[in-house]
Parts: sequence; C-alpha cells; structure tokens
Amino acid sequence: MLPPFERFYEEHRDEILGYLRGLLPRDAAEDAWQETFLRALRGYSSLQHGRHLRAWVFTIAHRVAIDDVRKRRPQTALPEWAVEDSRPAYAELGDLTRDLPPKERVAVVLRYGYDLDYDQIGEVLESSGVAARQAASSGVRRLRKEHR
Amino acid sequence: MTVSSSLDERFRDAAAAEGLLDVAYDLADSPVGTLFVAASGKGLCRISFDPEPEREVERLARSFGVRVLRAKRPLEDARRQLDEYFDEKRTEFELAIDLGPAADFTRAVLNRLAKVPHGQLTTYGALAKSAGRPRAARAVGTVMNRNPIPIVLPCHRVVGSNGSLVGYAGGLDRKRLLLSLEGALLDDST
Repeated sequence: MLPPFERFYEEHRDEILGYLRGLLPRDAAEDAWQETFLRALRGYSSLQHGRHLRAWVFTIAHRVAIDDVRKRRPQTALPEWAVEDSRPAYAELGDLTRDLPPKERVAVVLRYGYDLDYDQIGEVLESSGVAARQAASSGVRRLRKEHR
Repeated sequence: MTVSSSLDERFRDAAAAEGLLDVAYDLADSPVGTLFVAASGKGLCRISFDPEPEREVERLARSFGVRVLRAKRPLEDARRQLDEYFDEKRTEFELAIDLGPAADFTRAVLNRLAKVPHGQLTTYGALAKSAGRPRAARAVGTVMNRNPIPIVLPCHRVVGSNGSLVGYAGGLDRKRLLLSLEGALLDDST
C-alpha cells in the first residue's frame, strides 16, 4: 500500500534538495527539486507498491538534473558536482569526490552519503547494479590513491 | 538540507495548480477549535475536528486516492466562507460538495440535511421521513455521526424528537456552540 503523497513528500523533500544542490547551482537545484516532486506526483498513482520509493525519487531527481544540465550544456553526459556557487549537501563527501568521473562520483555519493544499495544506484544511473558497484569501487580506489 | 517554507509552498501551489492532487487539505482556526478541511477536484470532501491530520490524510487516501497533499490555494474559498459563517456574516455555504464513495441512503440523507436552513432545528425522525425511510431514525443518527463534512452539512441542527441535543461526533459542546451561534438554541436544551 502506497503512503499518502504528503507522507512520501515530507520524508524525502530535504534529502532530494540536498542531493540536487550537490549537482546544480542553487536556483537550478530548487527548480529541479520542484520538477522532481511534480514528476513524482504525476507518476505516483500508477506505482504498484511503496517499497522502493526512495530509490525511485532519487532516480527522478537524477534524470531531472541531467535534463537541466543538457539544456544548458548540450555536450555533457552527466552533471558535474558542486558547480561554482553551490555548497555540496554532503559537504565532506561532495568535496572529497569532486575530481572523480561523474558516474563514479554519483555512485560513491549515493552509496556512502545516502546509503542506497547498488541495484538502486544502478536504476539512478540507468545501468545495472553490477555496473553501479564497479563505478563505486573504482571511485573509492581512485580516492584512496589520491588521498594516500 | 531543509526545504525553506517558501520553496515548500511554491511546490504545493504548483501541484494544486496543475491539477495533480486527488485531495488538498489545510488546517483552519475556528471558535470550535482547529478544523481539518479537505477538498477533491470536485468539491469539499472533509471537515474534521480531529487534531491529528495524519489519520485524516490516511483515510482520505483510501477513499479518494493517494495523491493527498496539504495545499492552501484549493481551500481558500472554503476557509473564507467558514470564517464568514463564524463571524455571523454568512448563513448559507456556496461550496461544491464531494461525498466520495458514500452509499445511496447516506447520500440521500446528507442531501436532505444540506437543505436544513441556518438557525432551524429538525429531528432524526423528520430527516428519515424526508429521505423516504420514515422508520430509519436510528440509521439517520448513524449517518449524522459519520457526517464527513460537519458544519457545512449541518448535522448540528438535528436533535431528538423531545428537543434534546442527543449527540454530536465533535462533542456536545461544539453542537451547543454552533446552535447558539445560529441563535437556534433554547435555554433549556440539554
């Protein structure tokens, strides 16, 4: 049984804003945040159950962010994190992962910052759980090398 | 990161403006306590004295659909009319009503109830009779007790055949207050 949208919204609004603030400048992040929950609302009634709501809304947020970045810079495949005037939500992790390739960065932050499992991160990245695990571990390896 | 109240409100307005909600709700202060007020796309569907919105929200999600969200805009008209009623500037509500999945008898009784004028009393028996079931006074009592939109559907104007107030889902104090507001309460009513 799905929870009423109000409960779903209250549960996830803050962390989704944090996530998007890590990806986009402030104004763009706030617009993307609203678009994320409007899209969620449009699709909400057709969900079959309420089991993977958190991964689901992260997936939507991620796609909205990608759309936004593509609109402004058509060549970019994935958003880079922490653009000039935005402070990353998970400040430490955001700073630490700044130089990672975008996919690895998203995988590391969602795994260790937001505790999503690899299948869920795979959904966000529109690939598989295996690919998400590989991206995260190669990101972590890279970080170890850099911070040795 | 906490969503600011202006950003939060902007989203709630946008969600309502785009017509994406099954039910919008809000809370309103009144002389009979905080009211939970809710509307579907078709009309006002709930007023409750229950101070715990969560329970109401769950109930509405089951009856009207899961897209239930607090949003001020869709309730502005209902809130304004309620304020006017409590300020004694309004004796009739001009609001569309959505009874949702109510049974036929319930619907018939509530439609009759809606026509009981401001400041006048009727009885459970009279209401049963006008709904075509003269022996169903007790069933009418049950419908009153479960009235989804008290105040606007004026179940407080329904009393026993001997003039006693009988009962009120929101408590007899509220029934008394509403009736004296309307000037309908005799001093010896209990």
